[in-house]
Amino acid sequence: MSVTRRSFVGGISASATVLASGSSLAKGKYDFGASDTEIKIGHTNPYSGPASAYGVIGKAIEAYWKAVNDQGGINGRKITFISRDDGYSPPKMVEVVRQLVEQEKVLCLFNTLGTPTNTAIHKYMNARKVPHLFLATGASKWGKPKEFPWTMGWQPDYHTEGVIFARHILANVKDPKIAVLMQNDDYGKDYYEGFREGLGKSVDQIVKHVTYEVTDPTVDSQIIQLKDSGANAFFNITTPKFAAQAIRKAADIGWKPAHYLNNVSASVAAVMKPAGFENGQGIITAQYLKDPTDKQWDNADDMKTWRAWMAKYNPGGNTADGFNIFGYAVAYTMHKTLEQCGDDLTRANVMKQAANLKKLNVPLLLPGITVNTSPTDFYPIQSVSLQRFKGETWELFGDVMSNEGA
Amino acid sequence: MTTASPADTAAHESVATPVSTSVTSGASDRWAWGLVAVGIIIPLLGYVVPDIVSDYRLFLMSTMMIYAIAVLGLNLLTGFNGQISLGHGAFYGVGAYTAAILMDKVGMPYWTLLPIVAVVCFVIGFLFGLPALRLEGIYLALATFALALAVPQMLKYRWLEDLTGGVQGIVLLKPEPPFGLPLSEDQWLYYYCLIVMVILYWAAANLLRGRSGRAMMAIRDHSMAASTMGIDVARYKTITFGISAAYTGVAGALSASAIAFVAPDSFGFFLSISLLIGLVVGGVASLAGSVIGGIFTVLVQNSSQSLSNFVKSDLGLPFDLSPYSVYGILLIVLMYVMPTGIAGGVAIAWRRLRR
Repeated sequence: MSVTRRSFVGGISASATVLASGSSLAKGKYDFGASDTEIKIGHTNPYSGPASAYGVIGKAIEAYWKAVNDQGGINGRKITFISRDDGYSPPKMVEVVRQLVEQEKVLCLFNTLGTPTNTAIHKYMNARKVPHLFLATGASKWGKPKEFPWTMGWQPDYHTEGVIFARHILANVKDPKIAVLMQNDDYGKDYYEGFREGLGKSVDQIVKHVTYEVTDPTVDSQIIQLKDSGANAFFNITTPKFAAQAIRKAADIGWKPAHYLNNVSASVAAVMKPAGFENGQGIITAQYLKDPTDKQWDNADDMKTWRAWMAKYNPGGNTADGFNIFGYAVAYTMHKTLEQCGDDLTRANVMKQAANLKKLNVPLLLPGITVNTSPTDFYPIQSVSLQRFKGETWELFGDVMSNEGA
Repeated sequence: MTTASPADTAAHESVATPVSTSVTSGASDRWAWGLVAVGIIIPLLGYVVPDIVSDYRLFLMSTMMIYAIAVLGLNLLTGFNGQISLGHGAFYGVGAYTAAILMDKVGMPYWTLLPIVAVVCFVIGFLFGLPALRLEGIYLALATFALALAVPQMLKYRWLEDLTGGVQGIVLLKPEPPFGLPLSEDQWLYYYCLIVMVILYWAAANLLRGRSGRAMMAIRDHSMAASTMGIDVARYKTITFGISAAYTGVAGALSASAIAFVAPDSFGFFLSISLLIGLVVGGVASLAGSVIGGIFTVLVQNSSQSLSNFVKSDLGLPFDLSPYSVYGILLIVLMYVMPTGIAGGVAIAWRRLRR
C-alpha cells in the first residue's frame, strides 16, 4: 500500500511540475515530447530480421541528429532520437510504436519503414493524433490528408513514377505498343495503376500485361510472352533479382523494345552488372537522389558536406551505400520542418508545418527536385529525373519530370 | 531394446516432476486461482496509479497472455506428448487469418470466432498429424519447419489473394467492450485474453489429469510400452496434434484482434522459434511453465533492447552489444542455471528450501 501511495504522490507532484513549467516559465507551446530544452522523436527500423539491410538508414539518421545537437540543436532544443527495432514484423511494430507514443511520449514518429509495418499503425497514429511523418515506403496510400491527416510519406511514390514513365513513352515512342511485366503485389499494382493513369486515353496501347510472383524462380517465360506480343515499348516493374533476369533474357532472345525500368531496380551493382552491361544499354529509369558512386557529383557542395559528415559522425558507414544518402536527406527534411515550427511545438503545428514546405532545397536530391507540400498535397517529392544507361553507368538526360500537384 | 540413455531418462524424470506438483496438488490450485484474482484486479489499479498501469502495459500483458496460450498449445504437443514442432507459428498464422477473414469478409463479430478458429485449426493440425505419424523426433521437426516456411508464402499466393489480401494483409477493427462496459479498449482486450486463457488453461489441466493425459505422457515416455498397454498411439498422437494446433490457432486469432492487422510478414519463421524458446525457457511439460514462457517471450525481447542501450550508453562500455546478443547471452545463462526451465528451476529451489 505504501508503494501505491508513494507513487500516487509522486505522480501528483510530477504532474504539478509539468503544469507549472507549462504555464509560467515556458517560452513556447508544447505537447508531449517537446520542451524548452528537448524535442523527442520516435523512430523504428528493422535492425534485425529479413529486412535488416535497411537498418543502415536508422544508423545514418541517428548520426544526423548527433551532428545537429553538436551544432546547438534546433532553435536551442536538443533532439532526443529514440530508435527501436521492429524486425519488419507488424505485431512487433505495433508494440514498439505504442511504447514510443504512450511510454516515451514522443512528439512525433519519423521515417518508420515498410509498407506492412506502417499499415499496422496507420489507424492508431491517426486516432491518437500523433504526427507520422516522412515514411520510408513508396506506397501511394500515405498521402491522403482527408482520411489520414496525421500521416505523410516522403519519397516519390510508385504511382507518381508510373505516371511519369507513361508520359515519356507517349511523347517519345512512335505508335507505341506497350508490354508490362509486373510483380504481383501492392508495389507492382501501385506502379501499374499510375502507369495506366498516365496513359489516359491511350491505355489500350498496352498490348500485353503479365505478372510474376516473388516466389517464382525466373521470369523467362513471361519475357517470351511479351516479345511474342510484338510490343515496341516495355515497362519493367520488377525487384532487382527479376530485373536482372528480364534484361538478360530480353537480350538473349533478341527483343529490343524501348525499355523502362522502375526506380526500385535502378542499382548498377545489384541489377545492371549481373544483367551484363552490354545487355542494358539504353534502358531508361528514374531517380531522385544522387548516387554516391556517380563521379559526376564528386565536386557538388552537398556531396562534399555529406562525405565530411559521414567521416565524422558515421565512420562505420559505407560511403557507396545509397541508404546513407537517403537517411541524410530525409532527416534534413524533418530538421527543416521542426525549425519552421519555431516555438510552437505542438503536434498540430508539426503537422501543419510538414504540410507547408515550399520549394525546400534538400541536399543530395538531384538538381531541380525540391520538396513541396500543402494541406492537400501530402506527397513531399513528386519529381524524378530520367536517366539512360550508357557504358557502365547511368546518365541523366532531359528535364526533371514532375507530377506535382496531381 | 533400450532407446533412451540413462541421461535421457534422468532428464525426463526431472522434466516430468513439476507436472505432478502443478497438475494434481490442491495447493497449486489455490495458487492458480489466487493469480487469476490478481489478474482480474490489475487493470482496475489503472484508476489509482495510471502511470504504472498504463494502457500500453495492459496491452503488453495481453500480448503475454496470447503468447502464453500459444506456448501452452506447443507444450501439449512437445512437453506432454513428446512430438517436436518447429512450425507452430504456422498454426498461429492460420488462426489469425481465419479470424481476420471471418471478421473482414463474413462480418462476424470477434467474440463468435474463437470456437470456429479452434475447429479449423484442429482439423488442419489433425490432418498434418496423419503423415507426421510416420516421422519421429528430428524428422518431424524438419517437416513442421517446412510448414512454418510455407505458410507465409501460401498466404501471399495469387489464388488466395481475394481472401487473404496478399502481401497487403487485412486491416481489422479493435474489439470494443461489450454491454457498454466502462472499459478502455486495452482494458477489455486484457480481460478478453484473460478469460480465454483461464478457460484454456483449465481445460488443459483437466485433460492432463485424466486418462487421456496419462496416455499422452505414456506415449512420450515410451511409446512402445504404451501401445503394449493398449493405448492407441496413432490416434492419440494425431488428436494431440490437432488440440495443440487449435490452442495455438486461438492464440493467433486473439493476436489478430489485438493488433487489428494481419499480414504474411507477421508469421515468419522466427515466430515459431520464439514459441519454442518460450516453451523451453518456461518449462517443458509444465502448464505454469507455459505462462512463464509467454511472459518471457514478450518481456525479454522487449528488455533486451533497453539492456543493450544500457550497456552502451549508461555503463559506457566500449563495445556495441546488439539486442540479439543480449537475448542470446540471457538464454545461455538461463539454460545453464535452470536446465529444466524457469518453472522447473523454481520447483527445485522450492523443494530445497523446504527441506
